[in-house]
Amino acid sequence: MSYAWNWGVLFQSPYLGWLGQGIAMTIVISLAGWAIAITIGTLIGVLHSGGRGAMRMVTGSYINLFRNVPLLLQMFLWFFVVPELLPKTVGTWLKRDLPHPEIVTAIVALGLFTASRVAVQVSAGIAAVPRGQSMAARASGLSTVQAYRHVLLPQAFRIVVPPLTSEFLTIFKNSSIALTIGVYELTAQTQQIQSFTYQGFEAFTAATVVYMAIALVVTTLMTAIERRISVAGSAAKG
Amino acid sequence: MVAMIRIEGLSKSYGEVAVLRNCSLEVARGEVVVICGPSGSGKSTFVKCINGIEPIQAGRVVIDGDDLPSKPAAAARIRSRVGMVFQHFELYPHLTVMENVCLAQIHVLKRSRAEAEDKARSLLERVGLVDKEAAYPGQLSGGQQQRIAIVRALAMDPLAMLFDEPTSALDPEMIGEVLAVMLELAREGMTMVVVTHEMGFAKAAADRVVFMDRGEIVEVAETRRFFAEPSSERARLFLSRILAH
Amino acid sequence: MTGFDFSVIPNAVPFLLQGLGLSLGLTAVAMAGGMALGLIIAIARLSRFRYLAMAAALYVNGFRAVPLILVIFWFYFLVPLLLGRPVGALYSVLIAFVMFEGAYYSEIIRAGLKSVRPGQWQAAKASGMTYLQTIRLVVLPQALRKMAPLMVTQGVVLFQDTSLVYVVSLHDFMTSASIVANTQNRIVELYVFAALVYFALCTAGGALAQRLNRDRHHAH
Repeated sequence: MSYAWNWGVLFQSPYLGWLGQGIAMTIVISLAGWAIAITIGTLIGVLHSGGRGAMRMVTGSYINLFRNVPLLLQMFLWFFVVPELLPKTVGTWLKRDLPHPEIVTAIVALGLFTASRVAVQVSAGIAAVPRGQSMAARASGLSTVQAYRHVLLPQAFRIVVPPLTSEFLTIFKNSSIALTIGVYELTAQTQQIQSFTYQGFEAFTAATVVYMAIALVVTTLMTAIERRISVAGSAAKG
Repeated sequence: MVAMIRIEGLSKSYGEVAVLRNCSLEVARGEVVVICGPSGSGKSTFVKCINGIEPIQAGRVVIDGDDLPSKPAAAARIRSRVGMVFQHFELYPHLTVMENVCLAQIHVLKRSRAEAEDKARSLLERVGLVDKEAAYPGQLSGGQQQRIAIVRALAMDPLAMLFDEPTSALDPEMIGEVLAVMLELAREGMTMVVVTHEMGFAKAAADRVVFMDRGEIVEVAETRRFFAEPSSERARLFLSRILAH
Repeated sequence: MTGFDFSVIPNAVPFLLQGLGLSLGLTAVAMAGGMALGLIIAIARLSRFRYLAMAAALYVNGFRAVPLILVIFWFYFLVPLLLGRPVGALYSVLIAFVMFEGAYYSEIIRAGLKSVRPGQWQAAKASGMTYLQTIRLVVLPQALRKMAPLMVTQGVVLFQDTSLVYVVSLHDFMTSASIVANTQNRIVELYVFAALVYFALCTAGGALAQRLNRDRHHAH
């Protein structure tokens, strides 16, 4: 194997700048997508766990639809297909006047996709709260909404933090798929650096290290949160 | 006479907590030894150290003149000659009774399937369960499962048998059928080390009784003497509690 | 674009089927290879040799921290360099998928092995079986029942992930649909159709996983 090492390339202009922009973009679209995911995902998860009949079917369909189509294709659908299906004026606005349509699309697609995964975890978390808790809450006169707010959700939240941590990590990884609709996030920038300089080792190593650092930071943060919210006297369940 | 099992200065601890402290014991060929003591006394760990499924930290175990080696492969060979019966039976739930009894015969002793099945049938006959050979463990009662676990161990032609509380997970009405099999085994001259709370079995079958407490062997005595006049205060207290029931 | 014309799809079926064949083939190879590699890694991770266990943990956590697209790029770049000659994208991608899936499958297998009661390990050990015999004859058969639904679920995720070979222009189902969409200028029709196909196949896979899960609960 013959390969000319040049780690310096990572610190040269314009490559250092590309790397920085890529990191910033990955963080921005992941966090924005997560904000959508956690809001809509919690809502759908709660409605799914408490709902019957039509409500359960609608929320279940959302979950199944978004989980059973590849995220890459979902990005294409939001980017290429949805503007064609909307009324003409809206579609044109999306295509022509919306600033940075690829970034907005990536955030929406990431957010709605991850929401379906968050919803599954939230509804499983609620189901894991012992049935007696819901009955006890009702018996003491709390309304359904109150029972959820004061009794079920706080308990479900603690159960759900570990799987949500893993979803939060996944959204950073999934954000790389945005490169297929032209978002220059971290993976795209390093791929660009490798095709400009042929220093693939250095470029991909940089990306790998950044993703690992993100994973490390998120895991450390979440472990701290888990410790803070853990209830004294209840053993952590593995 | 060479002891079948010789344990010298066995010690073991989990971190700071000592589970076994300097335990020594010799078991002669054909002898039946019952180990008793309060829960948490280390007797279950002790018996699991004899065939090395619990690693030991200090001391040595000699089986039929061979040191239990630390090399896994050599240890496995010696282990296959010491049968073990567990509190929770530990039959393999995914295999039939026949497959349970044949598995180690075929894969460890390298017997042919026909040879292994013959052996299994004759032993199943002895414990009255030959009609259950196609059943799965989950379809049998606890007493039946434990008798099959004994057969599984016997099928390896063991030099000695170890029992770790073999009846304590059983419903009371099933204890008798398991003890009967063990009693018969003792009469036939099998070398046995039995951890149990069944003092009736100890009186009927044991040559000697070992009393353990807090990880130590407190007393080793001939059975009749142990029950008549235990020499240690702790054993006396234990006996008065357990015999009161 | 005015009006939709789904008649392009029947004409494109042979081309799309070829793509679907690649997607399914890639899924099958990555599943089989990933499970085999995952089993080895899981056993290494449970091993009492500390450095082996640590190396296995490093492998798993390393692959799980980075996106699959980056792994595909890595191997697309590395494999020809290591072999010293150009190889098709397919081989690079196959290796990338097997290595990547190995990390995920090893976690499923490790959890499955650990779910078998310690008494079962002890009983096998007491009868003189070696460590590998214990895993093969006693522990793995019991663990498989518990792992099967998760393995199928992971297979569905993997099938969706094969669409990412788009980035190295391998003609899987996704890429084929995209090619037809752009050459025939029928973007809406093709992408909607592709979504329906993925949805149908993944739903079927999900149903299979659910059934395996139910069977497991009935068996005991």
